[in-house]
Amino acid sequence: MACIEARGLRKAFGSTIALDGIDLRVEEGRILGLIGPNGAGKTTALNAILGLTPYQGELRVLGRNPWTERDVLMRDVSFIADVAVLPRWARVSQLLAYVAGVHPRFDRAKAEGFLAKTSIKRGSRVRELSKGMVAQLHLALVMAIDARLLVLDEPTLGLDILFRKQFYDSLLNDYFDRSRTIVVTTHQVEEVQDVLTDIMFINNGRIVFECSMEAFESRYAEVTVRPEKIAAARELKPIHERQVFGRSMLLFDDVDRQQLAALGDVRKPSIADLFVAIIGNQNVQAQGAAR
Amino acid sequence: MTDFPVESHVVAPPVISVLRRMYWSVRRELWESRSIYLAPLLVAGVLLLAFLISEFVKPHEIGKTLELAALAIMGTTFIVAIFYCLDALNSERRDRSILFWKSLPVSDLTTVLSKASIPLLVLPLLTFAITIVTQWIMVLMNTAVLLSRGQSVTALWSHLPLFDMSLGLLFHLLVIHGFWFAPIFGWLLLVSAWARRGAFLWAALPLFAIGIVERIAFNTSHFAGMLANRISGGAQGAPVSASGMSMDLMPVGGPFHFLVSPGLWIGLALAAVFLGAAVRLRRKREPI
Repeated sequence: MACIEARGLRKAFGSTIALDGIDLRVEEGRILGLIGPNGAGKTTALNAILGLTPYQGELRVLGRNPWTERDVLMRDVSFIADVAVLPRWARVSQLLAYVAGVHPRFDRAKAEGFLAKTSIKRGSRVRELSKGMVAQLHLALVMAIDARLLVLDEPTLGLDILFRKQFYDSLLNDYFDRSRTIVVTTHQVEEVQDVLTDIMFINNGRIVFECSMEAFESRYAEVTVRPEKIAAARELKPIHERQVFGRSMLLFDDVDRQQLAALGDVRKPSIADLFVAIIGNQNVQAQGAAR
Repeated sequence: MTDFPVESHVVAPPVISVLRRMYWSVRRELWESRSIYLAPLLVAGVLLLAFLISEFVKPHEIGKTLELAALAIMGTTFIVAIFYCLDALNSERRDRSILFWKSLPVSDLTTVLSKASIPLLVLPLLTFAITIVTQWIMVLMNTAVLLSRGQSVTALWSHLPLFDMSLGLLFHLLVIHGFWFAPIFGWLLLVSAWARRGAFLWAALPLFAIGIVERIAFNTSHFAGMLANRISGGAQGAPVSASGMSMDLMPVGGPFHFLVSPGLWIGLALAAVFLGAAVRLRRKREPI
């Protein structure tokens, strides 16, 4: 059974279409990065998956309908929908007691263990903690829940780089095992590149690209082309071209490595490069068509 | 021989009962809104202080004072209940914490019911406990003062209907505050789930508008009368009883007559509709 399965998922706010018929299948044990520009529909898609918003179309999460069965679904799903959503009036000890009180799969000792590695005090109120500490606290609560699906929507937005690094490190080292599934959206694409097993680009409410990281690494290559080879390189139909310090960087999809090596230095592209190539091209085309 | 597996690999899914989720949800409300118990405790403290002063200033009729104390504490918790309800489903959206609460396996129904239980059950019982303790402390203080002056306390103790008074108070709190006021609190909770801001205005203005429209269009004031009757505890036009508060707190026609009156049951049905709508709204609501 797939962890998440959607067919023709649609959602409109008035005349604005947030999700334009999405088909999606996420298998168990994957770490999927959902990447898209602002307003692309990422959060709407996640909200539908989490039962926070009604939708049209078919959607099953762990075999359940998230809109009608949110409370039952949340025994197996946990999520961090945004930074700083913990109630500011609550004490750390109260949050631990409450989650332990209502969640059958919450391991309080485990959460206390995670907190022991931070400087967060049990008696502190959330409002007294720094933004980074609130994120640590939320992560500690979530990682102590034995969930099958974890959804993270911009979990590190506005945090400094040390916290961001730590956040993904503890997620991978202390939480992820092959039986869990994680879906994450973020703007800091470079930071999650090594974490993900799959990537999916979403733009204007549609999925415009999806592939596994293995496929990504074998298919795409970026070449810093030597000036005299530029014409030959363009022959091979690069999907994107950019200038860095006066040198041409060309991105190729599924072109023989040996052929590329003859043109210049070949390197593994970043997800960000591919994102710019795919979404950037699309948006330029869309603007062109509008004119 | 092989009927006893050493170790079972099938672990039964751990289950937490609805009651336990309810209990923790109510505790959460008490953590968040400490005015629920702090306000009546504060008022009780002030009342006791005033009573202590009065003991040395001039003699007074203790029955009236006990009644006044009960009314003061009850009035306080009623105001607390109103402001609590207007905030209950609004503040979690304002501070975005609704996104955290909804990540836990607690249904919207449980959440809304736990919030409704504060004005309908928790506050009445709390009011009762605080009032009883306050009244007893007053009686004991009065006894001590009388004894220290060498006066007799038999008159005080033989004329004080403490038991009847307590029973009347408990009945009033549970039935009037828990049942009769239920549609008021239900309406306030509904508005707090619906409004983005200005919950108080949204709660009050439509009622005011209906009253005005009825007055101008039909030159009648049934709606206003109905509202006044509801807020005054169904005691409009009640004869002022001579025997003190144990009667004042009883509704017109006695407890039984009140419990079978259609007004009470229509009100409860209305409260259920309001709360049901609040549950549906909370399901759809996003942070403000």
